[in-house]
Amino acid sequence: MDMEFSPEDLAFQQEVRDFIAENYPAELRGKQDEGEELSKEDFLAWHKILYKKGWIAPAWPVEYGGTGWTPTQRFIWSEETARADCIRLMPFGLAMVGPVIYTFGTPEQKAHFLPRILSGEDWWCQGYSEPGSGSDLASLRTTAVRDGDDYIVNGQKTWTTLAQHADWGFFLVRTDKDAKQQEGISFLLIDMKSPGITVRPIITLGGEHEVNEVWLEDVRVPVANRVYEENKGWTCAKFLLAHERTGIAGVAASKRGIEKVKAIARTELDGDKPLLANAFFKRKLAELEVDLTALEFTELRSLAGANAGKGPGPESSLLKIKGSEIQQRLTELTLEAVGHYGAPYFRGFGEGDNEHPIGPDYAHRAAPTYFNMRKTTIYGGSNEIQRNIIAKMVLGL
Amino acid sequence: MDFTYTETQDMIRDTLARFLADTYDFETRQKFINNDEGRDPAIWTALAQELGMLGAAFAEEHGGLGGGALENAIVMEEMGKVIGIEPYLPTVVIAGGALKAVGGAQADAMIPEIIAGNAIIAFAYAEPQGRYDLANLKTSAKKDGGGYVLNGHKSVVYVAPWATHLLVTARTGGGQRDADGVSLFLIDAKLPGIVRRDYPTVDGSRASEIYFENVAIPADALLGGEGAALPLIERVVDEATVATCAEATGVMQKLHEGTLEYTQQRKQFGVPIAKFQVLQHRMVDMFMEVEQARSMTIMATLKLGLPATERMAAVSAAKNKVARGAKFVGQNAIQTHGGIGITQELAIGHYFKRATMIEGQFGTADYHMDRYERLALAE
Repeated sequence: MDMEFSPEDLAFQQEVRDFIAENYPAELRGKQDEGEELSKEDFLAWHKILYKKGWIAPAWPVEYGGTGWTPTQRFIWSEETARADCIRLMPFGLAMVGPVIYTFGTPEQKAHFLPRILSGEDWWCQGYSEPGSGSDLASLRTTAVRDGDDYIVNGQKTWTTLAQHADWGFFLVRTDKDAKQQEGISFLLIDMKSPGITVRPIITLGGEHEVNEVWLEDVRVPVANRVYEENKGWTCAKFLLAHERTGIAGVAASKRGIEKVKAIARTELDGDKPLLANAFFKRKLAELEVDLTALEFTELRSLAGANAGKGPGPESSLLKIKGSEIQQRLTELTLEAVGHYGAPYFRGFGEGDNEHPIGPDYAHRAAPTYFNMRKTTIYGGSNEIQRNIIAKMVLGL
Repeated sequence: MDFTYTETQDMIRDTLARFLADTYDFETRQKFINNDEGRDPAIWTALAQELGMLGAAFAEEHGGLGGGALENAIVMEEMGKVIGIEPYLPTVVIAGGALKAVGGAQADAMIPEIIAGNAIIAFAYAEPQGRYDLANLKTSAKKDGGGYVLNGHKSVVYVAPWATHLLVTARTGGGQRDADGVSLFLIDAKLPGIVRRDYPTVDGSRASEIYFENVAIPADALLGGEGAALPLIERVVDEATVATCAEATGVMQKLHEGTLEYTQQRKQFGVPIAKFQVLQHRMVDMFMEVEQARSMTIMATLKLGLPATERMAAVSAAKNKVARGAKFVGQNAIQTHGGIGITQELAIGHYFKRATMIEGQFGTADYHMDRYERLALAE
């Protein structure tokens, strides 16, 4: 056991740093610094640069387009991209449906969808939650009824993140109403341009249009777009959730977040001293940093276990719980740190509007981000559900 | 970067775990901690001579297995699982650590004695006025001819009643709280003028108040430079703090497992209380603290070799997190057991007592958070 980087690792680290410095889009960096909301093109700009380089999917097996990096190289990659404040790539294709397709899909599905996920040609969204099925996901009621070589899908999904940009969605639908809840579900890939699909925005507390309702009325989906067996979709869903939970820890991004809060607390004054000299503020920040270190090493241990052939298991729920709590505490401290300038409501730059928003740059999105990040303990299986999973799967209760 | 144990390390863990399962069940432990001596010396001898366990963290040239901090952590975690009272921490981790750092004739003479199980060394560092400040010393060692004369009072010296030797911090110069002028001595525990008042500790061990009254000690008892030992002392105390975090991990794991087991047997309202979601979630929170304590122990163990500032920040982060976790897991283990948890009858309460003493050992959560802030959050 050791934490040393080999000479090869250090060379790789330098290569990554150089690549980011030379290739990260300046325009995107500017928007991030100003706290502007990012467009579909913004999200895809960095994606396409990484695709061209061949670095878009480090976690994938090499045969499907992965990088073949060692676990240490992947660790370096996530550290360096966070350190350089690169935007997070959209997870729906790369981290969610991609692994489901290469694990459970047909050769035709793999050949068609995987390259398009890698290139960014298809933007994916996730059709899981329903108005009546949140934490109790398996109670979902959207139906798919077989009609020749098609399914006819009817129902309503909600909290569908960035569905307004999506070309494709992966959906959990009920294909057997009489089976036990989890046994009558199938996993379908649906073209979001199909007739019968309506996407309606939901505006969240920060004022963002991030999530949507998706209505499906008599939507025809070819049976060829079902992944894995009929009524076995829950297997894919569980696999995907465990994958989603590991990435959800967000360690590298939170480390970068702590550095940002420190910088703010060195700038903001509290009396005649920087806020960072305030013993109460400093203690909260220090505890957060210590807790993040604990999460980081728990994740590293979990990755070591995963490399030993144990895939992401139920212990990834721990990473989700602690990771999301830390992300929230970070936004809470940021909002606290900016003081008065948490209040002005920055709607983003309108058409022809180039007036600088009120207050320092670092304050613009402090409150909206705080409000928005309340989602982290709710989504991906609420933290209460994660505790149920650990109780059942790890503690055997 | 590698987070796996070697085969040798796995073997050390398995061998020790099997040995302790045979020799250290709770009833046996209760018997020997309550006898006159407060221990079973045969266990220490067996650890040394049958298992070779006391050499796990020493170099092969001294007769050890060539290990270090990771091996210490493995042994301490297993000790924690049985709330062991064996003097591994002061003898192997602290005195052994100081001897390894100093090297030379003193190490050549003493380390084989430790490995053989012949030497038990208590660490006499704390003083009534000093709290956790290692440099706050009234104990003095004055030059006298070829040696020194030692005077002072050392507090709560764990395992001193069993010790063949004492590792003592004392002032050879400077003011009471100066960094300069601190020296470290390894002395025979039976020297004339050493007065002990022995007592049991709340966590099942034995300790002493030690009074040095004009104790004449030889010059070669000095470890490291005269008046310049504080960095060495800080380093071995950091190593001991991490080893204590490892012990805490073992203690916390057993507190958690004991609670899981109990809630599946105990019935109220006609069902095992483990069926209640409020208790399930509490036990999940305990589980997460145990896992994070393990992670922090590994983190700090791997960072013990870094330069002092980074090493200290890592150790303080670990001790802070582990102390908070130990309190949480301990208190909730008792709460979940209900009334039976506050009796001496079950093992759980004894684990709680050790966990509680570990919280403060080498500095509380607050002490370490202060140190972490000074090192890692400069304005």
